[in-house]
Amino acid sequence: MSARTAPLWQFRQPSVLPGFGLALGVTLTWLVLIILIPLSGLAWRSSALGWATFLELATDQRTINALRISFGTALAAALVNVVFGVILAWVLVRYRFPGKRLVDAMVDLPFALPTAVAGIALTTLYAPNGWIGSLLSPLGIKIAFTPLGIVFALVFVGLPFVVRTVQPIMEEIDKEVEEAAATLGANRFQTIRRVLLPGLAPAVLTGFALAFARGVGEYGSVIFIAGNLPYVSEIAPLLIVIRLEEFNYPAATAIAAVMLMISFAMLLIINMIQAWSRRRYGYGA
Amino acid sequence: MEVRVQNIRKEFGRFPALNDVSLDIRSGELIALLGPSGSGKTTLLRLIAGLESPTEGTVFFGDEDASRKTVQQRNIGFVFQHYALFRHMTVLDNVSFGLTIRPADRRPSNAEIRRRAGELLDLVQLSGLEKRYPAQLSGGQRQRVALARAMAVEPNVLLLDEPFGALDAQVRKELRRWLREIHDRTGHTTVFVTHDQDEALELADRVVVMSKGKIEQIGTPDEIYDTPNSPFVFGFIGQSNMLPVRIENGQLWMGDQPVGVGAPGEADGAAHLYFRPHDIELLDGEGSISGTVVVTRRVAGTRHVELDIGATGTKVEIELPPEKFTSDRARIAFRPTRWKLFRT
Amino acid sequence: MAHEAVPNTGSGNTELVRVATSESRLARYGLIGLALGFVALFLVLPLAAVFTEAMRNGPGEFLTVLSDPETFAAIRLTLLVAGIAVPLNLVFGIAAAWAIAKFEFRGKAFLTTLIDLPFSVSPVISGLVFVLLFGSHSLAGPFLQSHGIQILFAVPGIVLATVFVTFPFVARELIPLMQEQGTSDEEAALSLGASGWQTFWYVTLPNIKWGLLYGVLLCNARAMGEFGAVSVVSGHIRGLTNTMPLQVEILYNEYNFVAAFAVATLLALLALVTLVLKSLLEMKYSEQIAASRRH
Repeated sequence: MSARTAPLWQFRQPSVLPGFGLALGVTLTWLVLIILIPLSGLAWRSSALGWATFLELATDQRTINALRISFGTALAAALVNVVFGVILAWVLVRYRFPGKRLVDAMVDLPFALPTAVAGIALTTLYAPNGWIGSLLSPLGIKIAFTPLGIVFALVFVGLPFVVRTVQPIMEEIDKEVEEAAATLGANRFQTIRRVLLPGLAPAVLTGFALAFARGVGEYGSVIFIAGNLPYVSEIAPLLIVIRLEEFNYPAATAIAAVMLMISFAMLLIINMIQAWSRRRYGYGA
Repeated sequence: MEVRVQNIRKEFGRFPALNDVSLDIRSGELIALLGPSGSGKTTLLRLIAGLESPTEGTVFFGDEDASRKTVQQRNIGFVFQHYALFRHMTVLDNVSFGLTIRPADRRPSNAEIRRRAGELLDLVQLSGLEKRYPAQLSGGQRQRVALARAMAVEPNVLLLDEPFGALDAQVRKELRRWLREIHDRTGHTTVFVTHDQDEALELADRVVVMSKGKIEQIGTPDEIYDTPNSPFVFGFIGQSNMLPVRIENGQLWMGDQPVGVGAPGEADGAAHLYFRPHDIELLDGEGSISGTVVVTRRVAGTRHVELDIGATGTKVEIELPPEKFTSDRARIAFRPTRWKLFRT
Repeated sequence: MAHEAVPNTGSGNTELVRVATSESRLARYGLIGLALGFVALFLVLPLAAVFTEAMRNGPGEFLTVLSDPETFAAIRLTLLVAGIAVPLNLVFGIAAAWAIAKFEFRGKAFLTTLIDLPFSVSPVISGLVFVLLFGSHSLAGPFLQSHGIQILFAVPGIVLATVFVTFPFVARELIPLMQEQGTSDEEAALSLGASGWQTFWYVTLPNIKWGLLYGVLLCNARAMGEFGAVSVVSGHIRGLTNTMPLQVEILYNEYNFVAAFAVATLLALLALVTLVLKSLLEMKYSEQIAASRRH
């Protein structure tokens, strides 16, 4: 009689809890139906184009400009959000002032507000005859219907990302570390610059990447304020929609594929930042 | 650098954490602030550092009134219980920090900073770990980095807040010994806070025993242990027994039993008799404190015997050499050889 | 860790102590001003604009707009879509969280990443994938046409796109929460003789109820407010395949601003309710949610 040995490769560790099969089954089924089949449809259609066609469509001048507008404005907006997001998080974590709770709750507004609503509201504000636009147009400054307008919209959309990523890290800053810096002779500015801010770098990077990724794909809040002039203020998602309306599926597919590849790259980068930071410093973002 | 604390009072809201505390710390000495939690020892340390400001009173560094100065200006070195290392900086950068941020006129060159930091890391026996990050170090190593960092600025006084409190017992013992060595080599005036009396008595030149915001006694470890001057100090330091007694005509009585100890010249009245478990001699018969054996334990080289004394059921613990205790003894009589009386 | 300034009864030396761990009053007020200004400009003003523009011609017109049959249809469709998408993704979220948080198996990290995919995909692309799948030029197109099944440019397509986009919300909230909680409660219940379902119902569910509500709240807000993905699949057929956000777009593009803002106001109110409920939930169970926020 031979003894039974445990299988060398185990899919999962044994557990007394029931329901694994059911839960995983439901999960995988739903995942496959809703996510994987549609996405692989896109992948399959893009590969069916063939390399040559794909490159041709992806490097079409209008496409390149749209991608440039999308990525450029998203970058600018994410940078703005880094600066003000850190300030906002600092103020919310460290200071007391009337209405703080309200402000803290409001930070999540861009998460909760439908993008179309944000879009028309921002346009109303920044159009040349709008609340703010009318103040600026005598100065010759145009916001709506220019790439600048897109940046404003993306700042709104990405605002919570940096704040919410940085806030928990800031809340955990040990007061003793600041005291230690002071005992060593550092003035307040030096303490903030050399001790506190660098510790926030992983969280800031993650927040930046999240805001950037969101801004690149944003549609609803942008199309009203953008003006949508081809080559000038046309974002890539809009170009996809236009191509679809022209029944130009290959072009739409190609643009989408390019955008997806870049998004996945960003996801990867975010995860790598987190892992590296955890390894180096013992904490993540 | 000598440090003088004069009539310090510190209130947090209404709560007086320190109440009229004065202390003279000699230059180069290693002094311990010892007491239970709430005694005010950490508050006093932080006041010396400048991390808190006194409600009343002054702190002098040498002849200068340091109360006028910010913590940055006092040039102290502070070591925290939980290290407070800068997590995103290497060990070398941590240690060099105090020197790198100095204004241009007082800042040494980069090469000089590196040299000094390297020397300090040698001193704390961490050379070779310059490029590591705090997350990659053990607790004991982190605390040594914290100490090196504090020493790098050539502080007037080194202040340590329960420096070994967060470490394992074994590491704690090693670092204790090592701290004493470092102190002897460098000669910094050092003040450290602890609630562990073994640590204070083992390490310090002088010990300041504190309780409830006041200083109970200042003295060398021998003085504190052998001649405590208050019930608190007697009870807090080492083991002690307390018996309520009556003084009559210079003799001590417990109920109607004579204690067998004389207090000539003492006025009559009620008092508490304090003595240590090992400061006793065994007696046969009368004229002494006797009690029934409740339980005995062997502890290292002695035997601890718990006795039930008298009608009131007061418990007393004494220490005997193991050979003096035979297991059939149900009653033991003894007399304290060293003791102290405190009036009630 | 308390960072607020503790009242320090110092003898006029408070300024000196302050220097150790906080900024000068000027700096503090400056930063607060900057932060509040930013929030006012980017958050408060747009919200105010929505409500103001809706009421521009008086509350009477506001109400008239809302009873317009097309708008009414849009509201109904939005509610229908959310009513399907949210429960479906709720069940999915619970199943996924149960599998991932309570068991150890290979490929867990990969699975979690897959679940997060819709988050990193542009809404337009989320809609595009369904067009490619079910459009007349796709593999399934002719089949659907011959059987008279309409997915795109009809309600099913909108539901699918919305489900795709809101897919991760509940799972994302539940997975870290359930991981934090571990398996000990469930194991205890089982050892006392409870069946799997009993354990889930009486032990697990109460433990996760706040995370669940939180996830459902966010899922619903997104489901009702989704624009890009739905726009691509809907065909914009007035009265039939327009959700509220799409209706806003149509009205706005027709220069019917007041009407557009009126519908937008409803959505904005939804957003505010979401925020309020969110804050309440956060206050109620801050420890549970803080643990799960550290994704």
